[in-house]
Amino acid sequence: MTSAAASGSATAALPTRFCGIELAHPIVNGSGTFDAIAAQRAFGPALVEQFPFAAFVSKTVTLAPREGNPPPRLWELPAGLINSIGLPNKGLAGYLTHDLPELAALPVPLIVNVMGFTRDEVAELVSAFAERDEVAALELNVSCPNVETGLIMGADPAETALLVERVRPLTDKPLIVKLTPNATDPGAVAVAAEAAGADALSLINTIRGMALDPRTHEPWLGGTTGGVSGATVRAVALAQVYDVAGRVSIPLVAMGGVQRGRDADDLLRAGATLVAVGTESFRDPLAGARVADELTRIRRPDARPGARARG
Amino acid sequence: MSAGALAVTTDDGRRTLAPPGRRRVTVLARQQFGAYAVLRCADPGGPPPRPGQFAMLATAERWGGGDGERPFLPRAFSVLRARPGELEFLLEDVGPGTARLAELEPGDGLWVLGPLGIGFSVAASELAGRRALLVGGGVGIAPLAILQDELVASDAAVTALLGFRDGLHAAGAALLRDARIATDDGSAGHAGLVTDLLTAELDRDQAAIVYACGPPPMLEAVRALCAGRAVPAQLALESGMACGFGACFGCVVPTRSGYVRLCLDGPVLDADRLETALTPGAGH
Ligand SMILES: Cc1cc2nc3c(=O)[nH]c(=O)nc-3n(C[C@H](O)[C@H](O)[C@H](O)COP(=O)(O)OP(=O)(O)OC[C@H]3O[C@@H](n4cnc5c(N)ncnc54)[C@H](O)[C@@H]3O)c2cc1C
Ligand SMILES: Cc1cc2nc3c(=O)[nH]c(=O)nc-3n(C[C@H](O)[C@H](O)[C@H](O)COP(=O)(O)O)c2cc1C
Ligand code: FES
Repeated sequence: MTSAAASGSATAALPTRFCGIELAHPIVNGSGTFDAIAAQRAFGPALVEQFPFAAFVSKTVTLAPREGNPPPRLWELPAGLINSIGLPNKGLAGYLTHDLPELAALPVPLIVNVMGFTRDEVAELVSAFAERDEVAALELNVSCPNVETGLIMGADPAETALLVERVRPLTDKPLIVKLTPNATDPGAVAVAAEAAGADALSLINTIRGMALDPRTHEPWLGGTTGGVSGATVRAVALAQVYDVAGRVSIPLVAMGGVQRGRDADDLLRAGATLVAVGTESFRDPLAGARVADELTRIRRPDARPGARARG
Repeated sequence: MSAGALAVTTDDGRRTLAPPGRRRVTVLARQQFGAYAVLRCADPGGPPPRPGQFAMLATAERWGGGDGERPFLPRAFSVLRARPGELEFLLEDVGPGTARLAELEPGDGLWVLGPLGIGFSVAASELAGRRALLVGGGVGIAPLAILQDELVASDAAVTALLGFRDGLHAAGAALLRDARIATDDGSAGHAGLVTDLLTAELDRDQAAIVYACGPPPMLEAVRALCAGRAVPAQLALESGMACGFGACFGCVVPTRSGYVRLCLDGPVLDADRLETALTPGAGH
């Protein structure tokens, strides 16, 4: 893997090992917040040459294609965003045919995020990717209801355990369970996921929120409610990462409101191994590379270009 | 002044690729045209945009983060005009983001990501001897100015029809050449809608191609009018955007073939791709 050389960051030098995967630095993207294929249409090959992340996490894939929620899908907050995107995607077959070959050509390892509405659906998705060499790891998005029980899979420790136990034997690839912050006790879900065989956990997903149309006073978002992300959730993310890190021993991918190297450093100090940049990429596509550079300056002052000149 | 970066175009010449990061540029001038402000900035590193492309803008200072108020995300603006190494944008103050941008003074910093999206098609095959009718409403006249520059330079026959609320807004018509004007309150030009002017033009001679940008009801009227007469039309739509480069899936508009991300597959769409140009949550 050529990840170290190809990372878009000019100065980031924080080699990181995550579930056996070697990364140039600990900054990845949050699922659904960067479309590496669309970005190449907008920016051309320069995007790949300056690829901002040390690994690429693709948007949630479901078994069947999804159109997503009706617009409007976005509501801006002071220092944040509510989205009700609704997980639009081409479905498993469409992803394997159209997206996987292009994403496999990226200069960094690929992590595929999947979600199902039943345990069988998740199992089918995991099995399909288990045999693909292009895929370095799998992330399970458990922020959705199990249509058979009506429970949000990731909101309940027992539901989460049943799901992870079901899919764990289906793949040797690292399994990352993406926790939802909309649970009574995310730490308890984390403990259950670890006990059921998860290799890593990622957190936080977006926090449920809503906005009313200032003119009609009806819900603004086409999906009625949505998920809050961005700087405004940073303190919540830090608290949940700190709590979960104290209760499990598997590595964590931390995210939520990361805008600067300092925010990433906080999450690493709270116990994370990787940090994902989400909403901040909307403000600057190369935010991930900037965060990695800033983090390098914080963690390795010796690696600062100016330091050598002085010495 | 540098002649700008080397441009690579894709999508049949309708998209100039953008550099992958936002870049900090300097405001050279701000000029008022009635209710609108024109922001001119130095953009030595930016490639020349195609007409109809847009950029995501944010001020370099005091844009979110400060006291925690909006704006937080960058805002989408059509390129009004481009000269080598320079970009112009047209702003209407409708909320916190546009208000902050409209305060910028010469020397201030501006973040620019762009040019983005797919612009108008001005291929000779598209024009095919037809005259170009540019139909603009309000601040939607912006992409028609750069389009008119290009069409005039290629000796195409062009007529600009622009609609505004009132005389204060109609001052924006000075940004295009020889524009015919309609105002809602009759204070300048034809008293009524710009689509009245379009109907009269098409009644006179239907051998035309329509390029339109404006508020959703205007675009929908243009779409219906052109569809009824089998006149080809390209519409520059608007929708709420967070990223502008296809990352968030937030800007979708419904088309006959499902939702498309307006920032990636638009903002200019062929009118016959649309059931309606009335897109939810867009406009003001
Ligand atoms: C491709 C494209 C090109 C454009 N070109 C131009 C141009 O050339 N010139 C120009 O002046 N404008 C242009 N616009 C429109 C411009 O982007 C918007 O006017 C601007 O984003 C408004 O930001 P604001 O903060 O001033 O107003 P906002 O407060 O964001 O209000 C704008 C509208 O957004 C909705 N809204 C209100 N509050 C929120 C909220 N919290 N979150 C989400 N939505 C909200 C409402 O419908 C409101 O009317 C363009 C838009 C697009 C998509
Ligand atoms: C527009 C948008 C779309 C998202 N889509 C997904 C998704 O498809 N799957 C997923 O697991 N998380 C998704 N997320 C959640 C992010 O990956 C991340 O967990 C969250 O936004 C917090 O990070 P941030 O504050 O840095 O954005 C999405 C977030 C946003 C803002
Ligand atoms: S604005 Fe984000 S996908 Fe179009």
